[in-house]
Amino acid sequence: MTHPTLSQSTGPAFTRLLSVGAARGENAVPNDDLVGPIDSSDEWIRQRTGIITRTRAGADVQAVDLATDAAREAIERSGIPAEQIDLVIVATISNVQQTPSIAAVVADRVGSNPAAAYDMNAACAGYAYAVAQADALIRAGAAHYALVIGAEKLSDVVDPTDRTISFLLGDGAGAVVVGPSDAPAIAPTVWGSDGSKADAVGMNHTLVEFRDGASGWPTLRQEGQTVFRWAVWDMAKVAKQALDAAGITSDDLAAFLPHQANMRIIDEFAKQLKLPDSVVIGRDIATTGNTSAASIPLAMHRLLEEHPELSGGLALQIGFGAGLVFGAQVVVLP
Amino acid sequence: MAATREEVLGGLAELINDETGIATDTVELDKSFTDDLDIDSISMMTIVVNAEEKFDVKIPDEEVKNLKTVGDAVDFIVNAQA
Repeated sequence: MTHPTLSQSTGPAFTRLLSVGAARGENAVPNDDLVGPIDSSDEWIRQRTGIITRTRAGADVQAVDLATDAAREAIERSGIPAEQIDLVIVATISNVQQTPSIAAVVADRVGSNPAAAYDMNAACAGYAYAVAQADALIRAGAAHYALVIGAEKLSDVVDPTDRTISFLLGDGAGAVVVGPSDAPAIAPTVWGSDGSKADAVGMNHTLVEFRDGASGWPTLRQEGQTVFRWAVWDMAKVAKQALDAAGITSDDLAAFLPHQANMRIIDEFAKQLKLPDSVVIGRDIATTGNTSAASIPLAMHRLLEEHPELSGGLALQIGFGAGLVFGAQVVVLP
Repeated sequence: MAATREEVLGGLAELINDETGIATDTVELDKSFTDDLDIDSISMMTIVVNAEEKFDVKIPDEEVKNLKTVGDAVDFIVNAQA
């Protein structure tokens, strides 16, 4: 059977991050507010996590609201009219209303209706995954400008008596606008998964178990030592692969933006990578906490607020988390 | 060639010193990592990974929780090398 030749889309050769926006929960929650139910202390938490306070949102603020605020700032800073954004991707694990997606609502709120919009779940690697998708979809001609958001209200899925992860977690959203570029500015993504370690970190129960009275409200848990080993030594290999894929070395980096899981992970990670002293390391976790998919763009936002001279420099960003999943890429900072 | 028990103890003491600053001569076989040496779970894992490299052995995650004392770790490493 014959048919007319179909058109297939192609896009620009290169993409870049045009801007970054951020929103954090409005309440700074110090360690002392959390230590009672876990029989702990401010010193214990600081020593093991580097966290001094974490930002958490009030009952009337949802992940979609944080996502909207971060998106508005990113769009404004990008200089791109909202109506030209035709793709919105939200990385999240904490949307307590499973459908509709946060992305569709945010697209409408910020003036990007009828952009293609969807949520995706790659846990703490979600932002890096979403950047990979935005980059690929724009270069394929499937979109022109993309809004990529990591948004979490993790305080809805914590257990105050849990000593493994709950006290690390915060609420926030970070957003970037991705668009075409004259020169390469988002290097190849190194990404993957290891479902054999699915039990190492994740929700402790299902919604069905909760509905049937077989469990309490599902909350996050982790096997700290297993996650720590994987997050530092296995992820150091992934980070090196991302540098190789970009065709650079750590000497070329201006910044290192790892997922803000735990300051001890960040410190040991940097040590394993033998980063030069000149590389500025994102340490937003100290006052924001671990915000899963939001943590890398939040760390980027803070980094550029504190070091505006780094704009235009190279940053290695790497996310890793429940799945297990990981994603890393070198980008030119907006 | 596999290290002797004394060599493993000495090497482990150096790794513990690197990670925590604890004097090598206080790292003795009957000392508990948590109760006597006050080594937390994250430092313990760092020591474990460095010990794997130093002694060319594998110490699985599920085994780490069984290593209560320095002697437990020395025994595990010596046996794993055999």
